[in-house]
Amino acid sequence: MEELKMQDKAVVVPGDTVAQGMGFLPSKGTYRENDKIIANRVGLLSVEGKVLKVVPLAGSYMPKIGDRVLGQVSDVLFSGWRVELFGPYSSVLGVKDATNEFIGRGANLAEIFGLGDLVVCKIVNVTSQKLIDVSLRGPGLRKLKGGRLIKVSPMKVPRIIGKDGSMVSMIKQATGVNVVVGMNGMVWIDGTPEGEIVAVETIDKIQNEAHQPGLTNKIKEFLEQKTGKKVEPRALAEGE
Amino acid sequence: MPYPKRFDGRKFDETRPIVAKVGVIPRADGSAMFKIGNTVAYAAVYGPRNLHPKFMQDPKTGILRCDYNMLPFSGHGERVRPGGGRRAREISMVTENALRPILDLREYPNTVVDVFIDLPQTDAGTRCAGITAAAMALADAGIEMKDMVAAVAVGNVQGSIIADLTYDEEQNKTETEGVADIPVAFMPNSGKVTLLQMDGKVGRAELKKALELGREVCKKIAEIQKAALRAKYMGESQ
Repeated sequence: MEELKMQDKAVVVPGDTVAQGMGFLPSKGTYRENDKIIANRVGLLSVEGKVLKVVPLAGSYMPKIGDRVLGQVSDVLFSGWRVELFGPYSSVLGVKDATNEFIGRGANLAEIFGLGDLVVCKIVNVTSQKLIDVSLRGPGLRKLKGGRLIKVSPMKVPRIIGKDGSMVSMIKQATGVNVVVGMNGMVWIDGTPEGEIVAVETIDKIQNEAHQPGLTNKIKEFLEQKTGKKVEPRALAEGE
Repeated sequence: MPYPKRFDGRKFDETRPIVAKVGVIPRADGSAMFKIGNTVAYAAVYGPRNLHPKFMQDPKTGILRCDYNMLPFSGHGERVRPGGGRRAREISMVTENALRPILDLREYPNTVVDVFIDLPQTDAGTRCAGITAAAMALADAGIEMKDMVAAVAVGNVQGSIIADLTYDEEQNKTETEGVADIPVAFMPNSGKVTLLQMDGKVGRAELKKALELGREVCKKIAEIQKAALRAKYMGESQ
């Protein structure tokens, strides 16, 4: 007997039987026990044909190759820097991947990136033991100066970015602040004090209402009402 | 002397009133409160995060570290000295053992998941309340777990098999007949036992009966745990 026990988009918690029968396939966030498929984390059930997976609603950041993250330099090493990623693991930024400029032998690396500096970087390698290499070579990757840093749940980052960056672009248009969102859940905001406040409020709102339908329109109205400017969701160019 | 009726008038298989809440500690990665009668347990989960001292790190898997702590004026009688003692050490360990079977931290080598359990008010059954709260907090932290864990104390008070003993019931022994206090934890789906301790004396038949009772009660508690988790995330997703 094959039967779906819970509906698509339902909130599941660990130990919930989501389906019964060998016709279903467990994917991320679920596992099979005999003929049952059971959820193993809190999230929203997603039914794609016969494939069942759980879209997580909570959790810590798992580094992935290609992710753009926000990190903070926490140590200066022999030939690079240790970059804290605000998750279970920290990463290493090698001298080779740091800048396009020439760094001579015996140069003082602390003069290039000091302790506490914020960088937008890209994850280039992750080993099975979670040793992470990051790089600053690429469009939009740089050291950040000034601004403020806020933390959001890494699971909600896709909603904050929006489709093709539409949410971030709306915040930028309405408030005029510069926003950088890292996949590790760190968001950097830089602009006028008033603009920054509105941006922080908006990000909080997106976080709290992350899984509601029609979120883009709601945020659009919210921003227009807060700032009195017209905003239009549009895609962001790469590295913006 | 039999124990035909419970001090607070409950049925033998009835627990004290339960309140469960998830997400009570904003700065923790996951948190939960579990209140059963006058016993209140708060659990806060941090991590997976970097583990120090480094020699404790395990390159094969992340580890679980629990800390059970009764607050100074939480209990009956004398003030509990802060800072943990032999009893707290033992309970921290059994809590760890009760929770580890549901977790798989191999995805997080060299890290730790810290679970802090604090009891501001107690009336027996603290390790069970702590484990129950911790299971909810772990789920709230988004950690993958194959099942929940629910715990309850069952016991034999002068021949009566009862669930969820209070402090008075634990103390209710006479010269001829003792009290057996048996904290048990179950994984509700598979029905496997993850905690089984005993204080006192019990016969084989009574123990079997008590465990059966514990299993049934834990299933009910697990439903409450799941409902509490769902309540938090339903609110967020609607």
